[in-house]
Amino acid sequence: MTPFNMMPFDWFAVAPALPEVFLACAAMGLLIVGVFSRGEVASRSVGGLALVSLVVTYVIMHAAKVADFQQAFPKGAVGFMFVADEFAFYAKGLILAAGVFSILLTPDFMNRNSINKFEYYVLITLATLGMMIMVSANDLLAMYVGMELMSFCLYILAAFWRDNLKSSEAGLKYFVLGSLASGLMLYGMSLLYGMTGDTSFDGIGILLGNGLPNIEHSVAITVALVLMIVAMAFKVSAVPFHMWTPDVYEGAPTPVTVFMATAPKAAAMLLMMRVLYQPLLALEDQWMQMLTVLSLLTMGIGSLLAIVQTNIKRLLAYSSIGNVGFMLVGVVAGTEDGVQGVLVYLAIYLTMTIGLFAVLLSLRRKNVFVETIDDLAGLARTAPGAAFAMMLITFSLAGVPPLVGFFGKFYVFSAAIAAGQTWLAISGVLFSVIAAYYCLRIVKVMYFDEGKFRPELNQPSNAQWIAVLAAAGVLVMSVFIDVLDHTAGRAASSLFRLEHTVARH
Amino acid sequence: MLAFADLVFYMFAAMLLGSAMGVIFAKNPMHCVLLLILTFFNAAGLFILLGAEFIGLLLVMVYVGAIAVMFLFVLMTIDIDFAVLKEGFASYLPSGLIVGAVLMAELVIAGQAGLFSGARISTLTAMPAPDGVENIRALGQVLFTHYLFPFQVAALILLVAMIGAIVLTHRRREGVRRQNVMAQIARTREDSLSIVKVKPGQGI
Repeated sequence: MTPFNMMPFDWFAVAPALPEVFLACAAMGLLIVGVFSRGEVASRSVGGLALVSLVVTYVIMHAAKVADFQQAFPKGAVGFMFVADEFAFYAKGLILAAGVFSILLTPDFMNRNSINKFEYYVLITLATLGMMIMVSANDLLAMYVGMELMSFCLYILAAFWRDNLKSSEAGLKYFVLGSLASGLMLYGMSLLYGMTGDTSFDGIGILLGNGLPNIEHSVAITVALVLMIVAMAFKVSAVPFHMWTPDVYEGAPTPVTVFMATAPKAAAMLLMMRVLYQPLLALEDQWMQMLTVLSLLTMGIGSLLAIVQTNIKRLLAYSSIGNVGFMLVGVVAGTEDGVQGVLVYLAIYLTMTIGLFAVLLSLRRKNVFVETIDDLAGLARTAPGAAFAMMLITFSLAGVPPLVGFFGKFYVFSAAIAAGQTWLAISGVLFSVIAAYYCLRIVKVMYFDEGKFRPELNQPSNAQWIAVLAAAGVLVMSVFIDVLDHTAGRAASSLFRLEHTVARH
Repeated sequence: MLAFADLVFYMFAAMLLGSAMGVIFAKNPMHCVLLLILTFFNAAGLFILLGAEFIGLLLVMVYVGAIAVMFLFVLMTIDIDFAVLKEGFASYLPSGLIVGAVLMAELVIAGQAGLFSGARISTLTAMPAPDGVENIRALGQVLFTHYLFPFQVAALILLVAMIGAIVLTHRRREGVRRQNVMAQIARTREDSLSIVKVKPGQGI
């Protein structure tokens, strides 16, 4: 008998991933509930249960954190591929919140276009699970499967309105380009594995840091780095890998766009930070150059092209690209403060994005949802509340000081200045001035323009109170910014847990 | 004198190359698929010869059992005009040949630089296989313990693909008469049969 035959499976080893295990079981349960109930009831009950499971997942996550499963079961079947640190905890909080709000924003739109099928909620749940796995990954394999689980759900969701030409086109385009990015990611990973012989983040970090002499100067490692950064830049839609974003955001059903603009973007950004700061930290000199260029391009193209958009979903797509550019400034800073800034920025960005879409989803014009910016003309007179909420959020997006959007940019740029990237921060400020233009244009159209048909409020729906909540959040969060900052600070410091011997500066 | 294993290797290799050429050159697409299946079987034989019996069996089960059979279904159910598909073969030939030549040149150069042999290969050491454990068992042991997590997530990805296929293609049609087995079984004589006494000379 070799010891190979006698390897008992330790079920407690799964404990650190308990929230994920629960969510996976819940998703399968939802599927069964949906299959055994009919029509309208199916989508309503599955939607409600999906909400409950996301909330319960958060509760379990909190309990697991308090009980400190990660310490209790450090290396098990799951433990070595999976890390449940403060960073992952913060990340999953953002992802679950984005999932909850996307689900709440869904039913009205889906019912009006008669595409309210229960599978939607199952897919949202599974995508959320994929993202949670992504941000908790401590191994190339776990990271890849998590990313694919998320992406597959998103491809299907983008094409969910299958009788709509634009939606089908969005789904197909996203699928083809996403597969390409995933292929690049795999090439990069296999090169990295080939050079280091390890797939775990800890192992790669140590081997690149000081395990293998001079490995960081090998061409294969640089190629691997480039391929992986390209794939991750695609996922966060950084320029020049952003081409899919406006088309997919415009074509996908609006609730799906809300989801895609929030949770996956945050997950990809967080994953990018973990990959860059943990396994690839030794290659900092190389990725910093690449990300500096990416960040400049992303801020520039995102802000400039948003100005010429007429469709509001395309505008928000370019706006989200621009925001990614600002976040990348924080990543380039390469310090704990930079990461902290990005984490705060992400929370603020999610609030603003959900708020903007909630306002859009609570309006209609001639009985269809508003599509273009000119559709908003005259909103201030028909629905002053909605216009005011929209104004607050767009001002925050532009970075007007008392509102919370200002703090996101402030933290990111000041971290960049502290890290000696002054000129990057200055160009960031310049681009955010350009970005302010399109934000103010929305306000101008709402308050001063007059259209043939004015937009009106829908019947009371979730979208309205979420819009109010987001607008209030934009106001109130700046008062409690210290709390957010503190939480983000703890998350950021847990990212720097590896004692790398690479000397910086 | 050739050892038996060498003989088997050359047999499989020759069949593999021959049937692979057949896949490309056969006129009838059905023959192409059948030759493709033969190619897979020979490749599986080569793998088993190498001691990688798991990959060999996987090749037969996945590629022959699923993919090639799917090709056959596609060929039989969809009306494709293969003459149209083969149009322009001559015009694409030069570019195809160029790509092939470039790849061949790369392989030759890499071979000359010693990428496939010698010092570089010997620095990489394979994980030692434990004695007396066949590789199906070894893979099973790590797949369901060490790699349980990504394995299960991969299963979820397949589930998502299934949900996606159903969501994006399934339509519930109105007015379709479905067989209801329970209703058929529950039918009684009284439900379907009534006996009418007809008197002679009168109708009903």
